[in-house]
Amino acid sequence: MGFMIGRLGQTLIVLLVAALVSFMLFRYVGDPVNNMVGQAASLADREAMRTQLGLNDPVAVQFARFVGDVLRGDLGMSYRFGQPISDLLLQRLPATLELSLLSILLAAGLGVPLGVWTALHPRSRSAKLLMLASLAGVALPTFLIGIVLILVFSVWLGWLPSFGRGEVVSFGAWTTGLLTASGLKALVLPSVTLGLFQMTLIMRLVRAEMQEVLRSDFIRFARARGLKRATVNYDHGLRNTLVPVITIVGLQFGNVFAFSVIVETVFQWPGLGLLVIQAIQFADVPLLAAYIVLVALCFAIINLIVDILYAVIDPRVGAAQLARGGAA
Amino acid sequence: MTTPLLQVENLRVEIATRHRDLVAIDDLSLSIGEGEVLGVVGESGAGKSITGNAILGLLEWPARKTGGRILLEGRRIDDLDEEEMRRLRGRQIGAVFQDPLASLDPLMTIGYQLVQTITTHLDIPRDEARERAARLLAEVGIPAPRERLDSYPHELSGGMRQRIVLALAFCCEPRVVIADEPTTALDVSVQAQVIDLLKRMCRERGTAVMLVTHDMGVIAEAADRVAVMYAGRVVETGPTMDVLRAPLHPYSRGLMASIPSMRRAARDRARADLPMIPGAMPRLDALPRGCAFHPRCPVAIARCARERPPFVPAGPSGGACWLVADGASGEVPAHA
Amino acid sequence: MSDETLEGADAPDHPPAWWRGDFVHGFVRSPVAIVSATIVAMLLLLAILAPFVAPYDVRDPAKANVVDARLPPSSTGMFGDQYSLGTDPQGRDMLSAMIYGLRTSLLVGLGAIGLAAACGIALGLASGYFGGTIDAVIMRAADVQSSFPAILIALLIDGITRTLMDRTTHEALAVPILIAAIAASFWVQYARVVRGLVLVERGREYVLAARVTGVRTVTILFRHILPNVLGPVLVIATINLALAILTEATLSFLGVGIPPTQPSLGSLVRIGNEFLFSGDWWISLMPGGLLVVLSLGVNLFGDWLRDALNPRLAS
Repeated sequence: MGFMIGRLGQTLIVLLVAALVSFMLFRYVGDPVNNMVGQAASLADREAMRTQLGLNDPVAVQFARFVGDVLRGDLGMSYRFGQPISDLLLQRLPATLELSLLSILLAAGLGVPLGVWTALHPRSRSAKLLMLASLAGVALPTFLIGIVLILVFSVWLGWLPSFGRGEVVSFGAWTTGLLTASGLKALVLPSVTLGLFQMTLIMRLVRAEMQEVLRSDFIRFARARGLKRATVNYDHGLRNTLVPVITIVGLQFGNVFAFSVIVETVFQWPGLGLLVIQAIQFADVPLLAAYIVLVALCFAIINLIVDILYAVIDPRVGAAQLARGGAA
Repeated sequence: MTTPLLQVENLRVEIATRHRDLVAIDDLSLSIGEGEVLGVVGESGAGKSITGNAILGLLEWPARKTGGRILLEGRRIDDLDEEEMRRLRGRQIGAVFQDPLASLDPLMTIGYQLVQTITTHLDIPRDEARERAARLLAEVGIPAPRERLDSYPHELSGGMRQRIVLALAFCCEPRVVIADEPTTALDVSVQAQVIDLLKRMCRERGTAVMLVTHDMGVIAEAADRVAVMYAGRVVETGPTMDVLRAPLHPYSRGLMASIPSMRRAARDRARADLPMIPGAMPRLDALPRGCAFHPRCPVAIARCARERPPFVPAGPSGGACWLVADGASGEVPAHA
Repeated sequence: MSDETLEGADAPDHPPAWWRGDFVHGFVRSPVAIVSATIVAMLLLLAILAPFVAPYDVRDPAKANVVDARLPPSSTGMFGDQYSLGTDPQGRDMLSAMIYGLRTSLLVGLGAIGLAAACGIALGLASGYFGGTIDAVIMRAADVQSSFPAILIALLIDGITRTLMDRTTHEALAVPILIAAIAASFWVQYARVVRGLVLVERGREYVLAARVTGVRTVTILFRHILPNVLGPVLVIATINLALAILTEATLSFLGVGIPPTQPSLGSLVRIGNEFLFSGDWWISLMPGGLLVVLSLGVNLFGDWLRDALNPRLAS
């Protein structure tokens, strides 16, 4: 229980710090008043505006108000787009989420089996080839992979589109590209680009972890007891490998968030990543500030979920131990 | 003389390295009879564990067996394929390793691991296997065995874990058990209990046990016969009491002198420290010519540096030393 | 075979000269190490000698001939200029732009890693040596930051500085800001490793002796602890360098790194992106290719270095 409270406390601190940074940015950078009243207004008018906006209240009060606004979902107005930021974020969220989830599925779906295979057959030719190829995943920048894929599959072969989401279907606030042919085709290249780097990472991780596990004493003891090879490798070996791997894959989800910025730029994918690039380029301070809070929130939640997951899966850490009250 | 249950003849194990193959085990022979405990003792790196692994068929690249035979109840087992060897392990040959916490899968309950082992080798239904597991736990002295079946390894103490490891090793009634440093990772107070348990289990079942250790105290406690290993070879064997009281090989003599004992302490009151054998065992890639022990041997003669002494049996004992061979009656010239 | 005479007693007393030692021995035996080191060395040389090697000086945008824009490789321009690798939409010679871009990449990469290492080492030393609150604060910050990917941190820092200053100031300060932004995402590893080593060394007798005899803290840190730290730091730095270079390229590609007027491999790729469909592949692919070669070279060398230094670090 103490473990849980500690984690929650840490999460809250991270969120508060992010909110603080965001607030500083929002309040002290650029002049909100200027943007609202224009150049011609008199000093007296500006003063009136400032008091009306509550800008003359003590800082702590303003911060509290800011946090309150955020919690209510009011993130302010974007300079560039002239829309409430919360609307903008919700508009773009489905695109990024769909892309991220698909690429994680791809990365884990291929990465884990390949990693297991190379760990079980370390000296085979294909394993060595795969390890070499995985080096490419690490050394090639994501944006270049995207561009090469566009070149091959869009420009030269003409099979897949190179920008946009294709046709999307709306369900209330959510829009999905999974239900149309053009939507699906549009998803292929971006998710492969996003997933490739993750896949090589996962593959190398799984391989390293599994090799480590296969060297451990309980594997040796399992073999000494004459258990079947498949039982030893999968029941004992893979299960123990996956425990740390699952947590790292969960953290990878956060990484995907960052790389989606790149992929969305390459493919002009209308998601959150593209939004933040535009915010930076046009010095759209409220948008940038809101993005910081959003990112911090996402990472904090992801980390928390991963920690909980780890506690559930590993009996050494988990609630099972807490329930039983320790060693006998 | 009981017919040996396990026989190892002229075993040779080599390790491949980038430059050349190193010889880890050289012409090693030993045998264990039914219900007998053979202690295999020597410093770290002497090749004790590799011998155990070779018998179990668990030698892993870059180590491989390049010569000799291993027989179980008179049948060769070193030339079996992987599947046949797997069926032998656990069922005919059991094993106990050093670190009980590391030996048990941390993600699975004790019961799961026991039942899994039992059902792999014996064709009995799961609930019967579970019953059997509970009875085994009771036999090894675990309180509340049925409840314990659902515990995880990390919830138990070191001594209990090693008892469970023993239960796992014996659960399919093997004929031979290889115990590789079973007490090294345990508290001194627990060591005696585990050794007693091991002795009891093997006496009751008539199991042959190869007890590998570097602890002479354990040997004195538990072993019927002793084989002393040095640099990959057996340099002396014999009944434990004989080897302890009148060791044939200079290395064994050095080892015995290093056992703290009340009588010896009284006798050597003048000496301030425990006698140690100066020097260290040579690395595999730097084995001396002739007898591997001669650089550290206090009674080495010229021949020791030129030729390797063969193992010479002398009654129920035997040693690999020129001084033993020359003194054919088994008498060793006393040194000052 | 077992009768080979290698007298164990005759171990050498002094370690062999460094050029005959294990490290160099391993280096000349490993084709990967030699090739990657050569590549990196050559590219480094190219970058340093850029003003002398590049056929055209592309740092001054006014010198580019817009008339010669988007010419394919091996073309001759309107006024007789030779463009061996073609030109970009602004009429700049690709080869020169790439060489100068390489220079920028290496400058930013090495600068960022250097800064990150310096800060990380300093913070690690402080954290490990002084312990207590300082340690707790630094390590918390490290934990929080290490869960964020480098790209994101660098992006946000660059973005924030962009909103804090006007456009022209920001452009002039682009390189130092970029170096700082990238360094900010990499300091954690150094801090952690150094802190660990300091904790180990702190308890050693010679440190305790030095403290008792009144040697100043700073002296202890620099004279005794620092030399032990350099090995692992070097390994981390080499591996990080590739990532730092790629981060700079990515940020420039996104348009939030080096301003488009200054040559950079990333921004070249970005510029070329718009012309892929017109078939002008060289504007994107060539700088991209150079980037890949550089990053692969550094990566491979870093991997090899890590493996080579490992057993020695363990002792």
